[in-house]
Amino acid sequence: MKNALDRIVRSQVWRSIFRHGLPDSNRSRAETVFYNFFLHLHPTKVRKRSIKFTYTWGLGGMSFGLFIVLVVTGALLMLYYRPSVPQAYWDMKDLQFVVSSGTFLRNMHRWAAHAMVALVFLHMLRVFYTGSYKPPKEFNWVIGVVLFVVTILLSYTGYLLPWDQLSFWGISVGTNMIHAMPFGVGDKIAFLLLGGNIVGENALVRFYVLHCFVIPVVAIVLMAIHFWRVRKDGGV
Amino acid sequence: MAKDFNVERNSDAKKVPKRIAFIKDRTRARVRQEEEEMVMTVPNLVAKEIIAFEILIIVLVMVSLFVDAPLEWIANPEHTPNPAKAPWYFLGLQELLHYFPPIVGGVILPGLVVVALIIIPYVRINLKTDGMWKDYPQKTLIGFLVFVGGVTVVLAMFHVYAMLVPTLLMSALMLVPYFVRREGGVIGWLGTRPLSWWVMTWFVVMAVVLTTIGTLFRGPEWRWTWPWNGIY
Repeated sequence: MKNALDRIVRSQVWRSIFRHGLPDSNRSRAETVFYNFFLHLHPTKVRKRSIKFTYTWGLGGMSFGLFIVLVVTGALLMLYYRPSVPQAYWDMKDLQFVVSSGTFLRNMHRWAAHAMVALVFLHMLRVFYTGSYKPPKEFNWVIGVVLFVVTILLSYTGYLLPWDQLSFWGISVGTNMIHAMPFGVGDKIAFLLLGGNIVGENALVRFYVLHCFVIPVVAIVLMAIHFWRVRKDGGV
Repeated sequence: MAKDFNVERNSDAKKVPKRIAFIKDRTRARVRQEEEEMVMTVPNLVAKEIIAFEILIIVLVMVSLFVDAPLEWIANPEHTPNPAKAPWYFLGLQELLHYFPPIVGGVILPGLVVVALIIIPYVRINLKTDGMWKDYPQKTLIGFLVFVGGVTVVLAMFHVYAMLVPTLLMSALMLVPYFVRREGGVIGWLGTRPLSWWVMTWFVVMAVVLTTIGTLFRGPEWRWTWPWNGIY
């Protein structure tokens, strides 16, 4: 058994993928981080003090974890959802009564979304109270604030998609706030966002595209920069 | 501030062979630890990340098994619910709209909040680590009273007691270390809080109070309703 594992790890196929053996020595542990696309955002060694849970409370990492959960559950929900009136609502009902574990899937997506808004906010507070926005990390704080706004927009655009009373009036109240912007700018923005003057079928399609494609892409790009800068500025 | 001692200012090492370091209190000298204890990222950090992610998933699954996401009747533009509420993270804003005209509550105040958050690291006040009463306590007191007075007048004018009461309570708390100079304990700790700390904490308290009121205490016509006989 040990022998077989050893042969696999030494094989050309394994080496072409991982370029190093199992992480059983400090050298190969360092290589595991160094040669891995996902892990290379981390340094190969970290200060023992800075990986204590209470140092960051893991809030940023858990926000990212929630984002992954949301991408996975969101992709599955897309299989059962059509962004049209009134089909969107009947697809919700199908999720509830026809699709296996449909309710569970939707619950997971919904609660993860609410939790993400809360955790990103808490992460922002943690960064403020530990003074982690100070030079040289000023600009990463700015990216973080933008990511907080993006998180809220992601949650908000998803709020319309079930097309029930809650989502329709929640979005109506929110988009009415946009009208308050002066010089007719608000009316223009609201019209652009809704594809009309009221929340209707056009608005549903627009929110769907924003929710499932545009804003997630923006979020992923900003997150990549955010994590990369954390690392460059000496964080974990 | 009176100097405690004089430093001979001369760069000629022959005339002034002995040098002393002049260290201000605010940049207190620390012996930098050369050898910080380091550990390998794999497995120490990565294992922790995996465990945190697993706990997160377990909690989410438990919640999702027992609490169902709300789904009301199909959207009906003819039938407006009373009250019509935005999602919870906007209810602080909606609560503001109840007090202020739309341009103030819906555009200016949220805009100011976002701008204020973005510029935090570029504003000098946020880089100071001294307690707010440390330097120039008198001047600070005057500025503080003028600001709190102005905010009080505006909030009272619009009857925003939900913001006014916590603001005044917090102001009182801020004043305690000004009158009671003490080193340790809670008062001593309050005295070491910089101004930026107070401003952020005030913002957080306001956001939490307004969001809680908007979510739990507002019923039909946006009237004050207790949660137990309200819409929940």
